[in-house]
Amino acid sequence: MAYTVRRPNLTFWEKLYLPNIVAGLAITFNHLKKMLKGETHVVMQYPEEKWDAHLPEYYRGAPTLVTDEHGRERCVSCQLCEFICPPRAIKITPGSLPSDSQFAKVEKAPEAFDIDMSRCIYCGLCEEVCPEQAIYLRKDYAVTGESRADMVHHKDKLYELGGTMPGLVHKWNPDK
Amino acid sequence: MSTEVQLLNVQIDGVWLQFPKGTKVIDACQQAGKFIPRYCYHPKLSVPGNCRMCLIEMGMPKMTPDRKPVLGPDGKPEIGWIPRPQISCAQDVSEGMGVRTDSPMVKECRQGVMEFLLINHPLDCPICDQAGECRLQEFSVEYGNAHSRFLERKVKKPKNVELGPRVTLDAERCVLCSRCIRFMKEVAHDDVLGFVDRGGFSTIACHPEKTLESNYSLNTVDICPVGALTSTDFRFKMRVWFLKETKSIDVNDGLGCNILIGSREGHIYRITPRENNDVNGNWIPDSHRLNFKVLQDGSRLLHPTVDSKKSTWPEAVAAAHSQLKAASKLAMVVSARLTNEELYLAKRLASALHITLHDVLPRVGEPDGILIPADRNPNTAGARLLGATTETPGSQLKDILTGVRNGTITGILSLGEDLLECGFTHDDLAKLKALVATSILPNATTAAAHVVLPGAAFAEKRGSMININGRLQRLNKAFEPAGECRDDWEILSDLLSATGQTHALHSVEDVFRSMSQDVPAFEGLNLGKIGDLGLQLLTKPEAATA
Repeated sequence: MAYTVRRPNLTFWEKLYLPNIVAGLAITFNHLKKMLKGETHVVMQYPEEKWDAHLPEYYRGAPTLVTDEHGRERCVSCQLCEFICPPRAIKITPGSLPSDSQFAKVEKAPEAFDIDMSRCIYCGLCEEVCPEQAIYLRKDYAVTGESRADMVHHKDKLYELGGTMPGLVHKWNPDK
Repeated sequence: MSTEVQLLNVQIDGVWLQFPKGTKVIDACQQAGKFIPRYCYHPKLSVPGNCRMCLIEMGMPKMTPDRKPVLGPDGKPEIGWIPRPQISCAQDVSEGMGVRTDSPMVKECRQGVMEFLLINHPLDCPICDQAGECRLQEFSVEYGNAHSRFLERKVKKPKNVELGPRVTLDAERCVLCSRCIRFMKEVAHDDVLGFVDRGGFSTIACHPEKTLESNYSLNTVDICPVGALTSTDFRFKMRVWFLKETKSIDVNDGLGCNILIGSREGHIYRITPRENNDVNGNWIPDSHRLNFKVLQDGSRLLHPTVDSKKSTWPEAVAAAHSQLKAASKLAMVVSARLTNEELYLAKRLASALHITLHDVLPRVGEPDGILIPADRNPNTAGARLLGATTETPGSQLKDILTGVRNGTITGILSLGEDLLECGFTHDDLAKLKALVATSILPNATTAAAHVVLPGAAFAEKRGSMININGRLQRLNKAFEPAGECRDDWEILSDLLSATGQTHALHSVEDVFRSMSQDVPAFEGLNLGKIGDLGLQLLTKPEAATA
């Protein structure tokens, strides 16, 4: 619905504009003086300088896969993240662990695990749904690439970004 | 039902209902809308009553000393409740019986049974293929406890055991319901499974020096209520919740077992039986279930070819027509694996091209006495009904072959058959001036054919077939045809247009409508009316031999 905006009633000095221009310039010159003296630091020199130090603990960056302190890839390719992913960025090809593997009890591990970062919306549902504590949103936010294929994080890249996360639930203890 | 069935009055959760004599209490409750959880009970198998999950509270009418029921103030019999729970699967309904399915005692019983069943369960749902269709998961949520009180060490049992070439056992997940044992004994007539060891160590195993290698072994995987028996082929391939299940029929033999095609993004992952008590019950043979693999090994014909060169559809259809028109005398070999709609169009195309000599290739094998009949073509009855063949399928093939050899027949239109299987040799094929073939997979005929038109596989098309017992059944489309393949009815209607015939066939429904106008047996029918379970079309069941 259209409505009329009332113009402010300006005083004579305000209509002249000059006092406000002078006041504004005063602020600018004040800043210039501080800059020249080196008292303020306004621009962050990205990418030489980054936000990383300021990121909060709960920051949701790129999703990654983690291994545990025993070197086991925690993902068992249950595909729940693939199911929950709203933009369908995740694609998993399930595979099995060989029976002579150190972690043979787990039986299952992903053969391929692709996250299309050009689709990912950093919602964190994959982390939330994971029954194995295998997928975590870490603090990488500068995901770049020169083609669509470059934007797909394959399994090796995901483990490289995720690294090792000790102290998680030891669910597949062979003695239990 | 010719004989009168006696109806009995039964009270279920306070409501009096009537059930025919012989109904099991568990079924009666289900019919009354009160589902009773169960593991061991299966309507097609005997009742061992060993899982104890279907416990209910039951009562019989109170009797006076002269054996008359005591009537309550509402005029209905008063029920004397039995103070301990009863299993509902091994009990038939009786007059005046009372059942409580959600009393505090029943709830407590179910909770207790669930707790016992889960004591040694490995809780490995993230890697278990049954997850998503697992009765343990479902009943845990509905009737179980959220927490485990079990602090002791769980019993270790064999895992990843190959019971047979197609079935893998994880004994830790087993709830010892014995469905698989009973199936192998009672349905497959191959008594190879049994329990070994006692108490908490009891497991399923094959009898010594035997393996689970029956052609029906994968049905044990279907009826296993938990993830103990899994299909070695489907193991770890895909989570079941991703699979789109399409109701269709099996096309590997003349019976046409009802199936569910589990597919995702144009790829079949598994085929499971679908209940149809007039056709296959709840079962299908393993050989039929796993036969979809040939479609996915990368050998499919994916685009039309003219003289072995990749072509487009309009070009290929025009080339096929000019080839066939140029031949002095034509014959047609039709596959009895085509649907009725395709056979009907093939017949129309034959008359448009003045083809009088046409036949199907009969496929006959040894019947197995359970589900596999001698006729291995899925639609011989349809081919006979629609005039693609004569009363004895294959009888004209010899005439076609003789005609080709003495040079009177110079062109063959082969619809989905390999002519080498029909008795032709490579030399015979080379002699032909015109050879047009539709096919799904490459074979000697498609290699020799001048024009190859790739068709759709069974999971990629809609249509109908008539089984050996005269039952009209429907195929449904699970996904689009691979590559540039086309539905066969589309190819045939394009060829029909190329011959100069006008028609208004724009969908497979149109083809069926046209067929129902021309063929009296299909009168008044359409694809929708066939329904998921099919309908009896021909009254006279034909002999199982082709």
